[in-house]
Amino acid sequence: MRKTLLTSLAVLFASTGLASSIAFAQSASDGKVKIGILNDQSGVYADFGGKSSVEAAKMAVEDFGGKVLGAPIEIVDADHQNKPDIASNIARQWYDTEQVDAIMELTTSSVALAVQAIGKEKKKIDIVTGAATTDLTGKQCSPYGFHWAYDTHALAVGTGGALVKQGGDTWFFLTADYAFGYSLEQQTSDFVKANGGKVVGAVRHPLATTDFSSFLLQAQSSGAKVIGLANAGLDTSNAIKQAAEFGITAGGQNLAALLFTLAEVHGLGLEAAQGLTMTEGYYWNLDDQSRAFGKKFFERTKKMPNMVHAGTYSAVTQYLKAIEKAGTDDTDAVAKALHEMPVDDFFARGGTVAANGRMIHDMYLLQAKKPADSKEPWDYFNVLATIPGKEAYMDPAKSGCELVK
Amino acid sequence: MVMIFGIPLQAFLGQLLIGLINGSFYALLSLGLAVIFGLLRVINFAHGAQYMLGAFVAMLLLQYFGINYWFALVLGPLIVGLFGALIERTMLSRLYKLDPLYGLLFTFGLALTIEGTFRYLYGAAGQPYSVPSQLAGGTNLGFMFLPIYRGWVVVVSLVACIGTWLLIEKTKLGSYLRAATENPVLVQAFGVNVPMLLTFTYGLGAALAAFAGVLAAPIYQVSPLMGSNIIIVVFAVVVVGGMGSIMGAILTGYMLGIAEGLTKVFYPEASNIVIFVIMAIVLLLRPAGLFGRDA
Repeated sequence: MRKTLLTSLAVLFASTGLASSIAFAQSASDGKVKIGILNDQSGVYADFGGKSSVEAAKMAVEDFGGKVLGAPIEIVDADHQNKPDIASNIARQWYDTEQVDAIMELTTSSVALAVQAIGKEKKKIDIVTGAATTDLTGKQCSPYGFHWAYDTHALAVGTGGALVKQGGDTWFFLTADYAFGYSLEQQTSDFVKANGGKVVGAVRHPLATTDFSSFLLQAQSSGAKVIGLANAGLDTSNAIKQAAEFGITAGGQNLAALLFTLAEVHGLGLEAAQGLTMTEGYYWNLDDQSRAFGKKFFERTKKMPNMVHAGTYSAVTQYLKAIEKAGTDDTDAVAKALHEMPVDDFFARGGTVAANGRMIHDMYLLQAKKPADSKEPWDYFNVLATIPGKEAYMDPAKSGCELVK
Repeated sequence: MVMIFGIPLQAFLGQLLIGLINGSFYALLSLGLAVIFGLLRVINFAHGAQYMLGAFVAMLLLQYFGINYWFALVLGPLIVGLFGALIERTMLSRLYKLDPLYGLLFTFGLALTIEGTFRYLYGAAGQPYSVPSQLAGGTNLGFMFLPIYRGWVVVVSLVACIGTWLLIEKTKLGSYLRAATENPVLVQAFGVNVPMLLTFTYGLGAALAAFAGVLAAPIYQVSPLMGSNIIIVVFAVVVVGGMGSIMGAILTGYMLGIAEGLTKVFYPEASNIVIFVIMAIVLLLRPAGLFGRDA
């Protein structure tokens, strides 16, 4: 019996691997501009980006007219399951045999770093909207890599800064145990220390943890004024919910959800989320321009976009404009155009692209409303402040990227 | 301050208690799996999906019918149990004659279908579900702040575990069930409706999973992924306890919950693999599991 069980398990794992490799087999052709959206479509970040990002990319293509330089534009997509190895295989296949010209979205920092390295080696463009680590435009920057929507530095300055200003001078971190978590913890720590604060401890938890009580208890006994949640997606939602349960927020400790967006607030509910401060590069209810996109997006997906969805639309559109400007889809020419062109759309106002690939634009410091103050569905935030791009993002000269002279 | 292994006694006690709480979920879930495996010889991969269904039924009952937690605690397992019985009767029962592999593949496919459907309908971020007002708040135990609801989970899952064990080991119905697994033909010859018993057993297993799901709803985000996150751990619990051993599954559930809780203090990065390390060691030393009888 045991033998059959083990064989069965082996069959099972083999078959799930197989299914994922069949899922993205698409036919290839030339004379086309092909954009691949590669992200988490079934795991903890599936609402953060997921299928809705694919819809955003398709909307961008339709609004562009479906053609650039007379060639049809095609969107392909795949689920990388948050695994860099799966993502790398898909990226290689897309670039090598399926004439994909650019890969975008790339939620999960470990995945984004892996795919950007492949793009650099193969001379292909990638535009990251879903991942956060500043390494993408730092030590591991690529002349063909762009980082569009936000990054860990902007989150540290935004959310971290707001809490330090409120008197949160001692911090304890709950950190997701991979590239993104480290990067976010590191930069928030630096920011806290630079402002006279102290970090009293940190604990690393595996990605997709359901029970945080053990970690929260450690955070509680540390006595820190602020518990920094250097994680994302479902992990953060669970941590917030359980922190309330264990009387942590009631006991006077503040939570800093360093990466938390509209999508997660929607899942958590305003009742539990009220009062949380967070930083996003886009909020649908900001002004007429952002509302117009929000409404259009809502008609298609039945949800309002967060900065990843809006950022993906913006990135696809800008990429297509760059091809038009360059008059070719040659990687060097398009990358050059992307670096030169200002970004001005509903997402980024007066955005610029630095030599390290960082798109610098204003960020918004948001606070989740009380349930009673929410006037319509998805009306979740008060905008506390606009953080100018130059403050939010790291000075490219200090990023450690070799492309910045 | 008294220290144990370099951490203060108070923190240590707190972590032990947390381990016990998580162990309650492991125990409840692995119990259902052990019952189904022990009596039907089916490796029920849909167990995680049934747990998730329990949580969703509770959430939907509240959302659409205003039915509160207490009724959901009864209705959730009942609805999912009936659904399980239906699945067993119409589909799973056809596979008993075949290699157990088919049962496993069928339930795995079923799990993927159910989870995929809910992910399509509700997204991955899940839905909120509040702690019932009677159990809200918490109490300070001196060494930690214990949310009342978590204490409730420990008590109620213990009761459910012991109740199930008594049902199977000590009642007449239980003796029929056990006899039907040993020799179905003979038991049938005595006039017992064996297929009906098997349907009941699968329904019971599914209901136990759903019960755990309703219990979990106020603590964890009600999400389509909640089942697949926990099911692999629960399988490890069953393997460590000994396949088919009901008491083994219960005790191992609590033990591994505590082991995991302590790992979160000493080496948090390893907390999601410690159970599998224990499983590997147990399989090497005692292939039949800690409480299993060598077949």
